[in-house]
Amino acid sequence: MHSVISVKALNKKIVTSSEKSQQESLIENPIVFETDDLNLWYSDTQALKNIQLPIYEKNVTAIIGPSGCGKSTYLKTLNRMVELVPGVQTSGTIKYRGKNILDKSFKVEELRTQVGMVFQKPNPFPKSIYDNIAYGPKIHGIRNKKILDEIVEQSLRGAYIWDEVKDRLKQNAYGLSGGQQQRLCIARCLAIEPDVILMDEPTSALDPKSTLKVEELIQELKKEYSIVIVTHNMQQAARISDYTAFMLNGELVEFTDTNTLFSMPKDKRTEDYITGRFG
Amino acid sequence: MLVESKRSKQKPVQVSKWIAENKSSKKSILLLEKSIPYFLFFIAMISILTTVGIVLVLVTETYEFFTRVSFLEFFTGKVLRPLSQNPEFGILPLINGTIISSVIALLVAGPIGIMTAVYLSEYASDRVRRVLKPMLELLAGIPTIVYGFFAFTFVTPLLREFIPGLGATNILSPGIVMGIMIIPMIASLSEDAMSAVPNAMREGALALGATKLEVTFRVIIPAALSGIIASFVLGASRAIGETMIVTIASGSSKNFTFDLTQSMQTMTAYIVEVSGGDAPTGSTIYYSLYAVAMTLFCFTLLMNIIARYVSRRFREEY
Repeated sequence: MHSVISVKALNKKIVTSSEKSQQESLIENPIVFETDDLNLWYSDTQALKNIQLPIYEKNVTAIIGPSGCGKSTYLKTLNRMVELVPGVQTSGTIKYRGKNILDKSFKVEELRTQVGMVFQKPNPFPKSIYDNIAYGPKIHGIRNKKILDEIVEQSLRGAYIWDEVKDRLKQNAYGLSGGQQQRLCIARCLAIEPDVILMDEPTSALDPKSTLKVEELIQELKKEYSIVIVTHNMQQAARISDYTAFMLNGELVEFTDTNTLFSMPKDKRTEDYITGRFG
Repeated sequence: MLVESKRSKQKPVQVSKWIAENKSSKKSILLLEKSIPYFLFFIAMISILTTVGIVLVLVTETYEFFTRVSFLEFFTGKVLRPLSQNPEFGILPLINGTIISSVIALLVAGPIGIMTAVYLSEYASDRVRRVLKPMLELLAGIPTIVYGFFAFTFVTPLLREFIPGLGATNILSPGIVMGIMIIPMIASLSEDAMSAVPNAMREGALALGATKLEVTFRVIIPAALSGIIASFVLGASRAIGETMIVTIASGSSKNFTFDLTQSMQTMTAYIVEVSGGDAPTGSTIYYSLYAVAMTLFCFTLLMNIIARYVSRRFREEY
């Protein structure tokens, strides 16, 4: 039901912008991540098959698909967090700003400094709100208290949570609500000024009100950051993303701008999924 | 197939019938249910009453001791000569020996224990951990007399190669061996505390570009600190109460000194020496046993109180 409504709403949008101009915008945006022929195995099971996908700068790219389709796996490959799973093997290339990150000589810490991540469940450290934000800058060598203070304020403001926490920076982060914790985690990510922010179903553990806040935040963030978001929620993808990739059984079925994907999907499987026939 | 369908049709009837038939025995079960808490309470009281009894005996006998030797003399006296013609009962040499040996033990066991825990919880593969951890815990099962013997016949001669002035009995060697003895305890408990830190914390830190070492020292250890401190305090309690190792390897000189190469006596070793010798019941030396035991008891009690306070103070909730 819902998807039908949103598709209708999208159709309206499309009237204003022709398909051609969208095609052009696809070409114009600089590419941050260029994935080429990516395969990934968890021991014997192949989780990703020949993925071919560009991620555009300062846009929101949503990855949708049913559970187990490999969307989270793909996301975690972008900052190589997937390596934490024992027995993972990959082939193909993912170029981040021209350099293949799957190359073992690519320093993973450097990659993750550039490519931040927000997780499904808010995972603040069991420290004060201040220390949560200051953790990243500190491990990257910033010791000056004044600079740290500034970074903390700036990051919390950037995640629109400053006003809620400015009077209790020294209190434990676990005293915050789930939605606040998630925005705190986004602020923690902003504190090291990444280039890309990966979000793994960031609102799936949140109530609708907190979800809305995070979605609004994402809209703000894309002015400065490139965002890749995995989501279970098609409406969310339709609302907040510029590009959408649909994955199924480890394959990338379709990737295009969000309007086109939700209004005129080329592939039958995409259509079935977004109209709610499965998934 | 046919048989099976027949059975499944009959089944509901059978179950309710069976329950109804068994209802008669329900009353006895009810009685058992009601009496069980009292029974278990009684069992629990055995250990509590024993503890209370021991403390009571300690207190009364210690009181008796202090009617003979002044409180001030006992706690400020640097000389302990219970068997001499004009005996002196200063406990300071014993407290000194206890603290020094325990501190040496903690200095040995603390760093090694923590590093072992870090390796096991953060670096070792599942397979290695599954083999190493039980082996480590096995080490905790070695009788302390073996450790004492090991200190006296192996560690002391070894140390003498490097420290020529080391006495045949000294406090250094049993201190080190006690440290070895409590490594498994500290390592195992600290490992438990670190493993209990949710993986989401590690991922969160790694995703910020932290190295494994930075994750360990700035996220995992702080998050597990209350458990780590608890393991230290338990280790310290164990060292303070340890008897055999110091009795064998540190001798029985009641020196009040800070020279680690010297023989010293701990509170526990004093109790062994005096109760093993012939201390006539009712003599001052006999009562001194209780006074020393009481002091020892207060020491470990104090340790536990500190542990509680500290671990609560440093607890990081997650």
